[in-house]
Amino acid sequence: MQITTLTDLEAVKARGLAQLYPEKPKILVGMATCGMAAGAQRVLETLQKRAQQLHWDGAVEKTGCIGFCYEEPLVDLIIPGQPRLTYARVDQEFAAEMMTAVAAGTVPEENFLARLDVDDMILDGGPRRFYEGALSGFVAQAPRYEDLDFFKLQRHLAMRNCGFIDPDNLEHYIARGGYFALHRALTSMTPEEVIEAVTVGGLRGRGGGGFPTGVKWASCRKAKGWPKYVLCNADEGDPGAYMDRSLIEGDPHAILEGMLIGAYAIGSTEGYIYVRAEYPLAVKTLQRAILTAREAGLLGQNIFGAGFSFDIKLNLGGGAFVCGESTALMASIEGRPGEPRAKYVRSVEKGLWNLPSNLNNVETWANVPLIIAKGADWYREIGTEGSKGTKIFSLVGQVKNVGLVEVPMGVTIKDMVNLIGGGVPEAREFKAIQIGGPSGGCIPRELWDLPIDFDSLWDAGAMMGSGGMIVMDNSTCMVDVAKFFLDFLIDESCGKCIPCRLGLKRMRDILEEFSSGKGSLADLEELQSLSEAVQDGALCGLGSSGPNPVLTTLRYFRDEYEAHILGRRCPAGVCKDLITYAINQELCNGCMACVRECPQGAITGEKKQPHQLDATLCIKCGACFEVCKFGAVEVS
Amino acid sequence: MSISFKSLETILERHPPSPEHLISALQDVQARFHYLPKEAMTAVCDHLGVPVSRGWAVATFYKSFSLEPQGEHGISVCMGTACHVRGARNLYDKFRRDLGLPGEEGTTRDRKFTLRQVRCLGCCSMGPVAQVDEEIHGNLNQRKAGQLIKLYRKR
Repeated sequence: MQITTLTDLEAVKARGLAQLYPEKPKILVGMATCGMAAGAQRVLETLQKRAQQLHWDGAVEKTGCIGFCYEEPLVDLIIPGQPRLTYARVDQEFAAEMMTAVAAGTVPEENFLARLDVDDMILDGGPRRFYEGALSGFVAQAPRYEDLDFFKLQRHLAMRNCGFIDPDNLEHYIARGGYFALHRALTSMTPEEVIEAVTVGGLRGRGGGGFPTGVKWASCRKAKGWPKYVLCNADEGDPGAYMDRSLIEGDPHAILEGMLIGAYAIGSTEGYIYVRAEYPLAVKTLQRAILTAREAGLLGQNIFGAGFSFDIKLNLGGGAFVCGESTALMASIEGRPGEPRAKYVRSVEKGLWNLPSNLNNVETWANVPLIIAKGADWYREIGTEGSKGTKIFSLVGQVKNVGLVEVPMGVTIKDMVNLIGGGVPEAREFKAIQIGGPSGGCIPRELWDLPIDFDSLWDAGAMMGSGGMIVMDNSTCMVDVAKFFLDFLIDESCGKCIPCRLGLKRMRDILEEFSSGKGSLADLEELQSLSEAVQDGALCGLGSSGPNPVLTTLRYFRDEYEAHILGRRCPAGVCKDLITYAINQELCNGCMACVRECPQGAITGEKKQPHQLDATLCIKCGACFEVCKFGAVEVS
Repeated sequence: MSISFKSLETILERHPPSPEHLISALQDVQARFHYLPKEAMTAVCDHLGVPVSRGWAVATFYKSFSLEPQGEHGISVCMGTACHVRGARNLYDKFRRDLGLPGEEGTTRDRKFTLRQVRCLGCCSMGPVAQVDEEIHGNLNQRKAGQLIKLYRKR
């Protein structure tokens, strides 16, 4: 149906609420890409099949990702008058058992993760309790979400709907207060007031730069030229960051609503979303959301009868990291190779088709409706002095609790790794955290009291980037990490300017010398000066921030470089030319696992006798190390 | 290799004849044929009114296009940071060894598999990961990689 008035919106909201919290029980399966990879599709099918067999009177639905990726697949059980119960690592067998239990009127106690007593409903004027009175039995003892270390410091603002709604269902989105902010902006605020709210709220670009969003909007509004374009950067190329994918897959309308509000403020009628083709589910989710919004009249002509028109086109990326850069992204939408240009003239003045264009990242857009709905002052309260609101991080790498984490700005690295992340794996030591992808840097343990916000990270030589956080322990070699990022950037450099095209390559050659044990201390100086030259000389952000991983590792882990150069050894046991594999004769109990796995036949031995490794045949592939359950394969 | 002109025509019909549709038209060709046949490239450029040189510029710039026919199964091994620190390099070498590929990337001689590196599949929580055709396999190690190849060889 068409939604043109506040009454329409209220009616849809009522319908949506009845679906979100029906009078019958409901089971939700987290079906974002991470859940799917863990087998959520099969879990959903099992639940549906079993429900049919048992003639169960309830609903089985899909939802997005709440962020707890390492516990996937996640399944939620919502029974009227009961707290919402979340089950983790659900497989087909357990799904069938679960459905049997639920159909019999009980709740399973196995695989239990946490219970949720209150749904925040932040946009909708207040929390909603799932039950009244006291709980009894197993549920009363069950841990709550806020008791889990992973969730203690979290606050889901941008992710407000992820894991709560069916992303393809517009009514669900509206039920949780969606599109009310757009209505408010269009009917009771001037474009200037909208820009003012975003500026005062202190929203800064979540894609990496941290540029004040309101200031950008204001310059685009002032710029001469028509039409103006509003763009969404969903070309999430940073390796190790996937919050944009998750937001799109969990709550696509939040992004559309943000763009609509931005378009109204800027005075734009046409928008583009540039999304990575490597995210097929995100692409499909956006296609469906745009169609649904168009059918409801929320995209198109004369939205809410306020005389404002706006529509969005979807553009698929071609798999080039550099297209995350604003001018390269615009070149790509125009159908050209994604080469950045020098920004003497900013893209808010001359961007796409040489017309004023405003580009913001997915997470930035998802924050916009929040500021309009709750007010700039409410938003300002969250975060630190210079960085307002929350930020989503993908906490990955060598850490126990892997997942997406949305926290207020200013949480320390230590809390991030030890509390939320649950620390590094046993018997290992935390070494560094890499923040900001190929443009960011590695921050060492000594600085782990550093609050995570735009400016503190910048001062430490890293940057927020899009929020990828890769935890590294003593099994990670910093020279190897620096080399990894350079490899990445060399691969992704568009080749237009010389500092980036050749400078990064030469830097990599030097690192290669180090990791093969041929470097000298003089090379270290050359690496430093070359890094600074590339920083100063490159045309776009990809090149000029490219040396950051090298510079920060040089700054904080110089001893590790020196070990490679002077000691000809790799302390982490990663650089192949500097390590040897051997079998500890005392720990080896002769299980034959490594003998079978070795592709070279370099390991020999009898059952129940310690094995022997012939170093002349060994190619250092690490297969034996991976299969040995007794820690008998040693790297030195 | 000859291509079906009918399916090419359907693709061309979907795209209005102006240069901005170059990338999306080539993406459709890639999706249909799993690579960009030379004849298709010429046809797309003629249709959109752009020089063929520009078509090749775009095709060689973006990673998602391939100029060679692809194997029956595509294996994309994620080489993102999270996978890297969890051993993606050794995993990739295992795939390469088992498939008997001489170079970094490529297609096996029997056209059964195409192996390539990809920068982050966005499944960092399950690293190291690899995608075979449409399916993502997480928490891999070298042993599982060997099993995966055996499994798909039979399909």
